[in-house]
Amino acid sequence: MAVMSYRQALHDTLRAEMLRDPDVFLMGEEIGRFEGSYKITAGLLDEFGPKRVRDTPIAEEGFTGAAVGAAMLGLRPVVEIMTINFSLLALDQIVNHAAKIYGMFGGQRSVPMVIRTPGGGGQQLAATHSQNVELFYAFTPGLKVVAPSSPADAKALLIASIRDNDPVLFLENLALYNTKGEVPDGDEPAEIGRAAVTREGTDITLVAYSRMAHVALQVAEKLAADEGISAEVVDLRSLRPLDRPTIIESVKKTSCAVVLEDDWLTYGIGAEVAASISDGAFDYLDAPVRRVAMAEVPLPYAKPLELAALPSANDVVTVVHQTLDAVGRRSVGAH
Amino acid sequence: MATTSRKRPARSAKNAEELLGYYRQMLLVRRFEERTAQAYTEAKIGGYCHLNLGEEATVVGLMAAIEERDYLFTNYRDHGYALIRGMDPGRVMAELYGRQDGVSKGWGGSMHLFDTDVRQLGGYGIVGGQLPLAAGAALAVSYRDGDEVVMCQMGDGTTNIGAFHETLNIATLWDLPIVFVVVNNRLGMGTTVEMSSAEPELYKRASSYRMESARVDGNDVIAVRDAAKVAVERAREEQRPYLLETVSGRLRGHSVVDPAAYRSKEEVDEVRAQDPVAGLHDRLVADGAATAEGLAEIDADVHRIVKAAVEFAEKSPAPEVSSLFDYTYASPVPNDSRRLPADPLFPVGA
Ligand SMILES: Cc1ncc(C[n+]2csc(CCOP(=O)(O)OP(=O)(O)O)c2C)c(N)n1
Ligand SMILES: [Mg+2]
Repeated sequence: MAVMSYRQALHDTLRAEMLRDPDVFLMGEEIGRFEGSYKITAGLLDEFGPKRVRDTPIAEEGFTGAAVGAAMLGLRPVVEIMTINFSLLALDQIVNHAAKIYGMFGGQRSVPMVIRTPGGGGQQLAATHSQNVELFYAFTPGLKVVAPSSPADAKALLIASIRDNDPVLFLENLALYNTKGEVPDGDEPAEIGRAAVTREGTDITLVAYSRMAHVALQVAEKLAADEGISAEVVDLRSLRPLDRPTIIESVKKTSCAVVLEDDWLTYGIGAEVAASISDGAFDYLDAPVRRVAMAEVPLPYAKPLELAALPSANDVVTVVHQTLDAVGRRSVGAH
Repeated sequence: MATTSRKRPARSAKNAEELLGYYRQMLLVRRFEERTAQAYTEAKIGGYCHLNLGEEATVVGLMAAIEERDYLFTNYRDHGYALIRGMDPGRVMAELYGRQDGVSKGWGGSMHLFDTDVRQLGGYGIVGGQLPLAAGAALAVSYRDGDEVVMCQMGDGTTNIGAFHETLNIATLWDLPIVFVVVNNRLGMGTTVEMSSAEPELYKRASSYRMESARVDGNDVIAVRDAAKVAVERAREEQRPYLLETVSGRLRGHSVVDPAAYRSKEEVDEVRAQDPVAGLHDRLVADGAATAEGLAEIDADVHRIVKAAVEFAEKSPAPEVSSLFDYTYASPVPNDSRRLPADPLFPVGA
């Protein structure tokens, strides 16, 4: 067990997997000589050389598709797309090709590749550079989408993603790179498709992933400390497959839920979670499932506007209060 | 960037035999495609269905230039390539029929023929989609210091899409053993090359990527083969990409359902006058390499193969609905949603 940053966990895991398996190699813009826009790949070009740390031209469709083709021949490319916004230029290769090749050709060749890419607003990068479009990929059967929120999960899910035989979109987050946490030694992979209950509670379930799973934990601690409210936190970790049973089990216990998401509300991940709760725990629900999500605007640059548009811990507290008040349960915990 | 000129017919016995072999292959494509069109109008085949009619010399010449160990990626106009590359005609027809014995088990259809055994790694329905994939396959070959070559076929219209330019750039930068083949049938769907390409001499586009290229008569099977061999050799021996443009015609509409009303009679007559199958037939007879009767026998033989393919497809069962979730993921993971439309997410009342 060592304490390290999310960034360090990613870096060390990439390195360890490259040492373990010569078929694992990295591709992306500015990952070698420049050491990565967010320095995840720092030092790896020097250690592994340009064959295994391949700087690409600014051609997301071209190099992402090349990774798909290399994976079809059995290599295990790990592609870095500088931010998830730019993955839209590779949408055709990800959605129309990587996701389809195993099924559309009757299971003859799989596509064992990983696309690492950070999402995240809040850095004053304005509308085109602050989106969370993981939904597009989570919507697509044939892809797997994971979204670790802690350094430990970053490591365990990256190992799992690299060793998996399907295309995995590995969602990082700009705001998480410097966060720290305990990371186990060894190389135990996580199981893709399993959520984690990162905090147990009895009054309300908070469902979240990536950065918002952090916010959920902070809010839960604050609610416990200030008001004696016991919130359970379900960190999805995997957006496709979605671990519905873990969500349902939690809601059966708490009878109400709030979903936190960094993307837009309408048609978003939270909508799917809420619908799943309605399907699997309707009889247990004491209140409607509420969602805390980004304001539905292209994210503005000016700080006060950006802050207003992004979901915050305070927003979550407000919605938790509203939810518990609606069923007269806030007093339960408030003593 | 030479334009390969039409060669004089081969006179030696060996060459005559070779030409007869190509004739048989071209005829197989011709008869298979004609039969496919018929099956389509009988509603045995669904979806979009694009034929290689008019491209037989190109298909056969290209396939003669690559070896078993090489890889092939094509667009959706892929039946002919599959047949000549060595896929079983019955299994190709079964795929068009959407049957269990189809090369892609009925999951791909006409546009998505794939057979890992003959290293034809797809048929792709998205224009340009196969280019980055093929470059990636070539990257894998070079990563492993292999001696295979990747051939990546596309249409003329494909040279205008971003993936074409991104991939050609990457191929040169990374010294990939890949041959891009632009099958110029002078039409996208109904849009001509002149309408859509600022540089209508398509092979010249390669020069922006410092890639060697050539244009060849796509109606001449030997010329195509020889030009493609040069390209393949460059890729294999020197690890350098190459772009070959073949120029031929399209005898029918863009797909089976397209009456091609946008074409003038003169245009169609011109394409018909250059019909590569009829052309080779006449050339073989004129050269004394074969008699009309001998060629008719080949035709009868090919008809039998096509007939058997259709019978195989007719008999092959439809895929079991129970196999619907078998190919979503190669590595199974928990909580993968496997519900049919009327199934609940969770057991009701549980
Ligand atoms: C990205 C994309 N855009 C449009 C289409 C629709 N479409 C299918 S075939 C075609 C024409 C392609 O022409 P060309 O590349 O010359 O190939 P050909 O059909 O002549 O073999 C078009 C526009 C498509 N399949 N994919
Ligand atoms: Mg064309």
